[in-house]
Amino acid sequence: MGVAIALVILVVGSVVFHLISPWWWTPIATNWVFMDDMISLTFWITGFVYVAVLLFVAYCVFKFQYREGRVAAYEPENNKLEGWLTVLTSLGVAALLAPGLVVWFQFVNVPEEATEIEVVGQQWSWSYRLPGLDGKLGTADNRLISVDNTLGINPDDPNGQDDIIIDGDDLHFALGKPVKMLLRSVDVLHDYYVPEFRAKMDMVPGMITYFWIEPTRVGTFDVLCAELCGVGHGFMRGTVLIDSEEDYALWLSEQITFAQMLEQRDVKVANAVKP
Amino acid sequence: MVDIESEAHQTVPAAEVEEVELYHATSFWTKYVFSQDAKIIAIQYSCVAIGIGLVALVLSSLIRLQLGFPDMFDFITAETYYQFVTMHGMIMVVYLLTALFLGGFGNYLIPLMVGARDMVFPYVNMLSFWIYFLAVIVLVASFFVPGGPTGAGWTLYPPQAILSGTPGGTGLGIILMLLSLALFIVGFTMGGLNYVVTVLQGRTRGMTMMRLPLTIWGIFTATVLALLAFPALLVATVMMLFDRLLGTSFFMPSLVEFGEQLSYGGGSPILFQHLFWFFGHPEVYIVALPAFGIVSDLISTHARKNIFGYRMMVWAIVGIGALSFIVWAHHMYVSGMHPYFGFFFATTTLIIAVPTALKVYNWVLTLWNGNIHLTTPMLFSLGFLVTFLNGGLTGLFLGNVIVDIPLSDTMFVVAHFHMVMGVAPIMVIMGAIYHWYPKMTGRMLDEQMGKIHFWVTFVGSYLIFFPMHYVGLVGVPRRYPELGDSAFIPESVATLNSFISVAAFVVGFAQVLFIYNLISSLRNGQLAGHNPWRATTLEWQTPQTPPGHGNFDELPLVYRWPYDYSVPGAPEDFLAQNDPGQRTAE
Repeated sequence: MGVAIALVILVVGSVVFHLISPWWWTPIATNWVFMDDMISLTFWITGFVYVAVLLFVAYCVFKFQYREGRVAAYEPENNKLEGWLTVLTSLGVAALLAPGLVVWFQFVNVPEEATEIEVVGQQWSWSYRLPGLDGKLGTADNRLISVDNTLGINPDDPNGQDDIIIDGDDLHFALGKPVKMLLRSVDVLHDYYVPEFRAKMDMVPGMITYFWIEPTRVGTFDVLCAELCGVGHGFMRGTVLIDSEEDYALWLSEQITFAQMLEQRDVKVANAVKP
Repeated sequence: MVDIESEAHQTVPAAEVEEVELYHATSFWTKYVFSQDAKIIAIQYSCVAIGIGLVALVLSSLIRLQLGFPDMFDFITAETYYQFVTMHGMIMVVYLLTALFLGGFGNYLIPLMVGARDMVFPYVNMLSFWIYFLAVIVLVASFFVPGGPTGAGWTLYPPQAILSGTPGGTGLGIILMLLSLALFIVGFTMGGLNYVVTVLQGRTRGMTMMRLPLTIWGIFTATVLALLAFPALLVATVMMLFDRLLGTSFFMPSLVEFGEQLSYGGGSPILFQHLFWFFGHPEVYIVALPAFGIVSDLISTHARKNIFGYRMMVWAIVGIGALSFIVWAHHMYVSGMHPYFGFFFATTTLIIAVPTALKVYNWVLTLWNGNIHLTTPMLFSLGFLVTFLNGGLTGLFLGNVIVDIPLSDTMFVVAHFHMVMGVAPIMVIMGAIYHWYPKMTGRMLDEQMGKIHFWVTFVGSYLIFFPMHYVGLVGVPRRYPELGDSAFIPESVATLNSFISVAAFVVGFAQVLFIYNLISSLRNGQLAGHNPWRATTLEWQTPQTPPGHGNFDELPLVYRWPYDYSVPGAPEDFLAQNDPGQRTAE
């Protein structure tokens, strides 16, 4: 009796906790509402199974607990029942998988109009590069990284000259403009993670990974690293802002290009050389 | 009527080969230390595994100290925190769970349950344990070298695992970790070959494959998986050792470490992840399948009812085992591998949910119309049902690629895998120890203490891991020694973390009671007799308890499947597998 009651308390307690828990996902800031919907759908289906199976167990423990003289039934198999359970389970699984794969298809196929933004991760900070007026990012390579060229941008690539460099500062997004985040790492694995974006992806040295989002809400958000990258992993933080279109344009006009950065450096070097 | 029942009437086939004389130890050293008796080896394996498991338990308390009460303990820095996390994970998965289920229970139960005198290769079996022991010593040694053990996370992902930004990355820590794993695999392979061959070749007359207890099916299939999966890990460890020691670049692309160009180039970090998870996912089932098998026998015996759908259970074990080799990249949805892999691996992963769900239904249906004795092993089996169901269902979140994207690398994942491959298998291990301790020692464990141990462990573990899912839903990432300044994390998460930590300390402390029970019952436990649970399988039919060298006087003949409980018309509520009495039912 006690065990059956404990099981019922556990089931009811879990459901109540789920319903009144103050710990829930952050308000979304991108187009990936489907991901939240999929989590909700999964909660409904799995929650139903959880409650049904455990209440059944509680009932069995209550009803068929040992007592003097009870004899258990002898029933090795029941093909019909097992067949039905297989079919029902398969349907439940399909109901989760099918919409999940449809959304995944959207996730991996980036819309044509998305602009590219490069995120560079290194132990333990984030930098960014936006394509300049030509709309193209110049090539980059870890081998080109030096004190003066911390992102390893190819100085000989004309496409790269007008690229906008954001090193050690916040990144801004324009509301409603889809972006493709190109992810690159200088050293080890990282993972560009903004909880409100829902989308995230590892960055892997030696290759470029990506995800895409369409910002849907103005605000300021934390950036974290979600792939263990050494002792500083927990402190690899940053901030991103989603701006209205005007604010974004204003911010963009204040940024410097790769060419300007090289120029400033040359000026500095020249000044330093002057006696 | 189904085949299983008609098979029970079959007579035992004639012997095909003569019995081979066993190795008889004569001195203390060959009898108890370098023993070739599987039962002694099993106890050696179990003691070392539980011993190193206690180290992992202490590490988990240190982890929870930091997460529940950050900034309060100066000796836990980010560096030591990562070392604790790494060693806790690796010890639990490999050195405790794998070693205990296969080396411990496998060694003890396989020969006894299939009706053999010992493993087929006793000498190799002895080597298996001693190499495992050496692997544990190398692992423990890494705590004491300069720089300490590796803090690369149990997944040991390169490049960080062998670079200076990670604790132990450029010191001896990572080298000893990789060496220890390689040794473990060598040792395991010796034992594993033994388990497989003994099940295939060493069964007594009448013990057909479809009369094997599900415990043996679980351990057998898990061992086959391990023999096929561990080589992938061996390859990965050797290659990473080369990268670390010889400067090769198997997993290392060209990269810049803190502004300095390193000479690596051309390697692939993702290749390591594929190798690791090609081992790592079957590893989940290497732990889970023995648990599935054992819990089937515990439920059946203590509910006095045949396991429901035996053939389905066998095929589900084999099917899950086979499928487990084509789902590995569901651990890599956000790794940057080609996104179209997501379609394939999400599909295979969700397909594996079907046979797994059927197993759960069959356990539950075994309880239906049973005669349920709420003994400690039964309580732990029920605890397994709850936690495994919970962890299995959250697996449907993480296996479905698009749902995994927001949840991956958060505390939701930590809660999920602890529930499904931490708490659930450990519930089975506990239940199994309460169940078989009487056979191993001749004395019962104290039931009163056992029940307290169960309730504290079960309720406590649930209170630890159920709310942890919601910390993950908020978006709190895993492997963070502190939450830091994050606008999206409400203050209340810190309170919840403290609560979880307190629950963890209580659960940890309850294990002291268990250890005390194990030791004190050796002397003070009630005498068990040869078959205290009135079970059908062969290990309970030995002439001596604990079974002597060679297990049986004359090898038993098997007439029936292992689940003849409460057969209508039978004189008692169980018929042992070697009971020739004709069934009177039908």
